[in-house]
Amino acid sequence: MPHIQLPEGLQGIRGPMAFRPDTAKPLNELAEILLHAPNSLAPGERERIATYVSPLNDCYFCQTVHGAIAAAHLDGDEDLVRRVKADFQHADISAKLKALLVIASKVQRGGKHVTASDVEEARQAGATDIEIHDTVLIAAAFCMYNRYVDGLATWQPEDEDLYRQRGKKTARDGYVTMSREYIPQPELETQGA
Amino acid sequence: MPHIDLPQGLPGISSGFAFRPETEKPMRELAHILLHEPNSLTPGERELIATYVSSQNDCYFCQTSHGAAAASHLGSESTVKQVKTDFTQAPISEKLKRLLVIAGKVQQGGKHVTAEDVEAARQQGATDLEIHDTVLIAAAFCMYNRYVDGLATWQPQEESMYAQMGKHLATEGYRASSVKPSAAEQPSDLVGAGTQSQG
Repeated sequence: MPHIQLPEGLQGIRGPMAFRPDTAKPLNELAEILLHAPNSLAPGERERIATYVSPLNDCYFCQTVHGAIAAAHLDGDEDLVRRVKADFQHADISAKLKALLVIASKVQRGGKHVTASDVEEARQAGATDIEIHDTVLIAAAFCMYNRYVDGLATWQPEDEDLYRQRGKKTARDGYVTMSREYIPQPELETQGA
Repeated sequence: MPHIDLPQGLPGISSGFAFRPETEKPMRELAHILLHEPNSLTPGERELIATYVSSQNDCYFCQTSHGAAAASHLGSESTVKQVKTDFTQAPISEKLKRLLVIAGKVQQGGKHVTAEDVEAARQQGATDLEIHDTVLIAAAFCMYNRYVDGLATWQPQEESMYAQMGKHLATEGYRASSVKPSAAEQPSDLVGAGTQSQG
């Protein structure tokens, strides 16, 4: 049972986001920019960073939903997503993404764990400054989202197919558009000033 | 030295913000709502939660700047220091102590928060919204702290700069930058040009 009275029937982060639409707005905008907006890292790569960090924080909801979004970006390759979570060094991904995942894992433990040589390795594998920046921020942001979801003990049904279906829609439409499904929208009427 | 080529002369998170204005906007907005906008928890109480979590995450820039903002709201630096070292002995409300317990658990990981922690806060008068905001402030600072240190940003150890920053944050909030580049007139332009010419 959630620690506070959240709107019922909404899984994971959707409950607290519907509970507090004011904070949901920047939270969704941040996810949209980091994971969905055009970037030299493909959405599937950025979603794999999010998916990799979330189990390190032991967050079922986030790793499952972002794993599903990542798979949707990868033509449904759920196996690859699983391999990245289990042992990314031996997964069939680019050397650059491996180096970025090393940085992400350091950020998860704490910002100061990232070393100059971690960053240099990523750069050697072709990572740009903005890709390194975004990797650090994606990993940091998931240290927030994961704690938000579990710190309130949100409802997280174990229903893989639900997340698979939702993952396809989020991969297509992004986070801000999807949020209109579950966050009360302000009335679109003219303000009598 | 920062891990990437950040604009020079901007301390801590300001340099990450200037480097990537697209992500700056929602990050500022989130901090503004959580820490500055009207709320049944005072801005000083919320800044104390941010300061406490930042010190647990060992982030010098965040604990010093938010500590200064808290001190500016509360008119007391010693309360801020006590909250960081041992909040159970600090001159703050029982409710805030219970919320700091929850914040400390969130810092360790969301699943550390127990129903008993939440019940204890409720017994001291905490509302659902206050508990929600405490969890989200603590979670958000697990992001901000990692962002600031994960990029190895420049964090000058200059008390007067943070005191000034704290006053600005306490009065103006987080939507606009509280710092101006100190190294040069327009350092980001100069740095950008220099970097490009090096190829």
